Amino acid sequence: MSSSSFFNFSSVDWAEMGSATWETIWVTLISVIFTAVIGCLIGLLLFETKDSKSIGVRGINWIVSLFVNVFRSIPYIILIVVLIPFTNSIVHTIVGPVAALPSLILSAAPFFGRIVEMSFREIDQGILEAAEAMGANRWTVIFKVLLPESLPALVSGLTVTAISLVGYTAMAGAIGAGGLGALAYNNGFLQYNGTIIFVATVLIVLFVFFLQWVGDWLVKKIDKRVV
Amino acid sequence: MIEFKDVSKTFETKEGTVHAIKDVNLKIENGKIYGIIGYSGAGKTTLIRMLNGLEKPTTGSVDINGVEINRLDAKNLRVQRHKIGMIFQHFNLLWSRTVIENIMFPLEIAGVDRTQRQKKAQELIELVGLSGKEDMYPASLSGGQKQRVGVARALANDPEILLSDEATSALDPETTDEVLDLLLDIKKRLNITIVLITHEMHVIRKICDNVAVLDGGKIIEEGEVLNVFKNPQQPLTKRFVSAEADPSRQETEVVLDELVTKYPDGRIIRLTFHGDQAKLPIVSEMVHEFPEVSLNIIAGNIKQTREGSIGTLYLQITGPTEQLDGSVEFLKNLRVETEVIKDEQ
Ligand SMILES: Nc1ncnc2c1ncn2[C@@H]1O[C@H](COP(=O)(O)OP(=O)(O)OP(=O)(O)O)[C@@H](O)[C@H]1O
Ligand SMILES: [Mg+2]
Repeated sequence: MSSSSFFNFSSVDWAEMGSATWETIWVTLISVIFTAVIGCLIGLLLFETKDSKSIGVRGINWIVSLFVNVFRSIPYIILIVVLIPFTNSIVHTIVGPVAALPSLILSAAPFFGRIVEMSFREIDQGILEAAEAMGANRWTVIFKVLLPESLPALVSGLTVTAISLVGYTAMAGAIGAGGLGALAYNNGFLQYNGTIIFVATVLIVLFVFFLQWVGDWLVKKIDKRVV
Repeated sequence: MIEFKDVSKTFETKEGTVHAIKDVNLKIENGKIYGIIGYSGAGKTTLIRMLNGLEKPTTGSVDINGVEINRLDAKNLRVQRHKIGMIFQHFNLLWSRTVIENIMFPLEIAGVDRTQRQKKAQELIELVGLSGKEDMYPASLSGGQKQRVGVARALANDPEILLSDEATSALDPETTDEVLDLLLDIKKRLNITIVLITHEMHVIRKICDNVAVLDGGKIIEEGEVLNVFKNPQQPLTKRFVSAEADPSRQETEVVLDELVTKYPDGRIIRLTFHGDQAKLPIVSEMVHEFPEVSLNIIAGNIKQTREGSIGTLYLQITGPTEQLDGSVEFLKNLRVETEVIKDEQ
């Protein structure tokens, strides 16, 4: 009795809850895809330009590094606001799920970029040297050595990034981007409906668990370093 | 023919300039197994890496069959590298690829088409004795098997030269011998030139035709393996040779000390036999010649090198001084290398 007075599941609009969940899922997935691609490019750029002899190349490294550090240190909630003009100019709206994408990607990609750079750094120098000794050019090294050899690390790094993206998505939702975060805030918090907050939270947690599970499963499948 | 001409290499580091290689001149004939031996930091890796352009000499030139490696541009150097295989101490295989995929890797780099790659890799798997393991991942192979993959991969593009950087240093003695036998077998079958570096004289003795001793970036001694073993000139070379000819030398020295205190009289001598000398009854002839000399055998052994055997024998001889002098003289006349380790008091 007392629990039904605390949680009133009949007050939940399940259709709305369903579409909010779906929004959270696709916003997260799309930003994960963009983050993966852009993050790999950033990581690669950082890795390849790091110890160059040429001052110009080191300059590129410095600039990319600066960009990465700046975007990683701006709190997400501020980033959304800062990016309003940029968001407006590329997606022509500043509300709704699509409007959340630019800021989500711009905050997660530099973070993942650092993970990519680190994963490349962990590859045994000897393997890179062996490829070089076979006459491999830089692109071959990137596509046939760096990426496949670091794939398990990249996938687990992307899992971590995806999970923090779920958190950001919820946060973005609170300021008008839709999804479970928006639902929990607007229909739950603002209307004193604990049940909606509870259900939305459980769904977000389940989604995070699911992402972690998929990530772990993939890593296990592709990691050939352990017997 | 591989030729190092006045090659020097310096590295600029925070601590100052490191002279890794100093004025090295070296000729390596095609179809030979050439060993370079030296202690850690002698410059072996630096020297061998110049052969595939991973390192460029600061001065001098490195020449392989008329091609000056250090002058090639990036593109031509990559093409040249297809013809130079390399194996490494830590194998350096790709974890993410199976055995056969690892062996196909250099073929992919050289742009060989898929069916050809498959065929060639399969042949190599048989050559190195890994049939049945083609779809395994390196993580599940033993060290010796990993190095076999390394060797097969190095041979994929039919190289003219095989470089080996301490390829057996991470392996136990038995596996070391297996891999060395494999290299010898490959050299015989494919008639390629092998340049190997090592810090173990055992490796040199077992498979090399020629040897160079590298110390502090300089070649201090060089020649055919048997000659260097017979007649090492430099103290460092002697150290390598004796440590190898008799790995129990240190133990023997302890025994010698004991014997010296136990039998203060007499002399302790070390005889070194080369080739057919080991088969002659030299010691028994000596005893016949000098009947007043009595003899105590302390230790002995025989080692096979590629070009013959080398035996070492430690003896304690006691008796009248002139008879002892005569014995040593007798041995020297028979051209047995004789060294008096402990004279009479
Ligand atoms: N890239 C480098 N930068 C600075 N110094 C270097 C570099 N490579 C080698 N050296 C120095 O050159 C010397 C020779 O090194 P090298 O690696 O050729 O020795 P090695 O004979 O192969 O030793 P080891 O048996 O330990 O492998 C060493 O003093 C080393 O510190
Ligand atoms: Mg070395």
